[in-house]
Amino acid sequence: MKLNGEEQAMLDGVGGKARQKAMELLVRYGEALGAERLVATDNIAGVPGSSNPFLQKFYQPRGGGYQAIFSYFDLDSDELVEVPPAAAHTCHLQGGYDPENWQTLGASPEAFKISQESEAFIAGRGVEILKTCTPYLAGNVPKKGDHCAWMESSAVVYCNSVLGARTNTEGRESTSAAMLTGKIPDWGFHRDANRLGSHLIEVDIEIESIMDWGMLGYFVGAAVQERIPVLKGRFANADLVRHKHFGAAAASSGGVEMYHIAGITPEAPSVEAAFGPRRPVEVIRYGAAERRRVYEDLNSKATDPNVDFVMLGCPHYSLDQIRDAARMLDGKRVSENCKLWVFTSRAVKAKAEAEGLPKRLRDAGAVLLTDTCSSISQAVPPGTKVAALDSAKQTHYLPAIMGIQAWFGSTQDCINAAVTGRFTGVSP
Amino acid sequence: MSAEPIVLHGRKVVGGVAEGEALVTKETISGWGGINPMLGTVTETRHELCGQSFKDKILVFPGAKGSSGWSAMFHIARLAGAAPKALLFNEMTTKVALGAVVMRAPSITEFDRDPLEIIETGDWVKVDADRGIVEVRKAAPPTAS
Repeated sequence: MKLNGEEQAMLDGVGGKARQKAMELLVRYGEALGAERLVATDNIAGVPGSSNPFLQKFYQPRGGGYQAIFSYFDLDSDELVEVPPAAAHTCHLQGGYDPENWQTLGASPEAFKISQESEAFIAGRGVEILKTCTPYLAGNVPKKGDHCAWMESSAVVYCNSVLGARTNTEGRESTSAAMLTGKIPDWGFHRDANRLGSHLIEVDIEIESIMDWGMLGYFVGAAVQERIPVLKGRFANADLVRHKHFGAAAASSGGVEMYHIAGITPEAPSVEAAFGPRRPVEVIRYGAAERRRVYEDLNSKATDPNVDFVMLGCPHYSLDQIRDAARMLDGKRVSENCKLWVFTSRAVKAKAEAEGLPKRLRDAGAVLLTDTCSSISQAVPPGTKVAALDSAKQTHYLPAIMGIQAWFGSTQDCINAAVTGRFTGVSP
Repeated sequence: MSAEPIVLHGRKVVGGVAEGEALVTKETISGWGGINPMLGTVTETRHELCGQSFKDKILVFPGAKGSSGWSAMFHIARLAGAAPKALLFNEMTTKVALGAVVMRAPSITEFDRDPLEIIETGDWVKVDADRGIVEVRKAAPPTAS
């Protein structure tokens, strides 16, 4: 790796021990990738200093506390360092527990205390506490061409594809190192040539509902793995929420970090432009039969139609989605055999509160939660056996994480399940 | 037992040497939500290795997929003593690169021959990541040495 003067100075310790350790980690990481240099970044989304009982206990013999966790885990340092303020704009993604509803999430007082303390530690270093997987719905919207260092696969794919900003799927350690240095390896999606399409997806059917977009994303991710799909078809209503569900699904069934939709996404004025000088390595068709197979695959782990938990908000719900859920619940009540949890960010919840939405949800027996989700916090209501979900991503992860069954359907299917206690969704 | 090992050459990702039994999969691996880092097992229900342990194995796989929590999960596996001894993989991604770095596991990629075609689960594999050399013996290791 070739370092510039500023980077070499940090590596030599001029900016202090913590920045030196952060730079050492970035060099190890850059060399592992085969990167030739670093690139400056001023937009970092990570989970610096976040903690759990395992890490707390593990680092107890080495001093414990957040300086220890940040030093040994975030920076993978063998020495304890004093953590300075962030050197570049950094936000904290989802994690910890909703400060108003941590008991609902089943957090122990100890786990909640850890979550609060790690938040205070990192807020004190100038990190914005967004606590969401959708930073772009909570005020962090990079512009086209910005070099970013983001974690959270659903946010990464949104950042590259919809915003045209540039990030690889970073991890906890690399984002924490970027926070202290304002640098990240210049590799992958930071470079023009690596943003061109690889596979052409010809979509023969109308893609309209959020559920349609989620299923298409799940199909595309499995088909292209970590390559770059270019979609061609009729996408009349490709709004923010639909991109959010499409990208989250494609990043779960595969490792999609960027996609193009001809005529819609910023780096794809046309199919030809999305591929540049390249030819598609494969042309893949998506029609009614493929959609049916995706639906069956997502629902293959569920057999019991009696649903005792419905979770919405993966990725975190937008204001529109909370409004829709509240409207679907008006005049209805969640079954006494079921719980309905809706997850969003603190920023969106504040907007929802201005409209009285959390109260409308509460009146129907549902609850609006922030900061996390069932998969992240491994939190479902006690005794949950069967869930219903409107997110392909959450359906991919939650059954494996919690050992439960999960149905996948539309938001309306899920609300119906919450109200009646039975999932009655059918294959489209 | 074959007398001469099969030798593969590749590029160092993380330096170091290790040897052990291979665990091979042709499917990419999820970190967060795909493994139990305390036990070193694959937990993704749709994965061909579901339920199997990579602890102390030479993990041979196409690459990483899924959540950006990949590195942190395998990092915790290292702390819990449940990480693989070495990584041999084909597809370079930020997830697997950072994961290999924080696992401090000798790792190699960009091979002259596809390790997924040559190495099978149970083979005895020597990894010299500093020199980018992998030696594969298609049988159990000598019982005493």
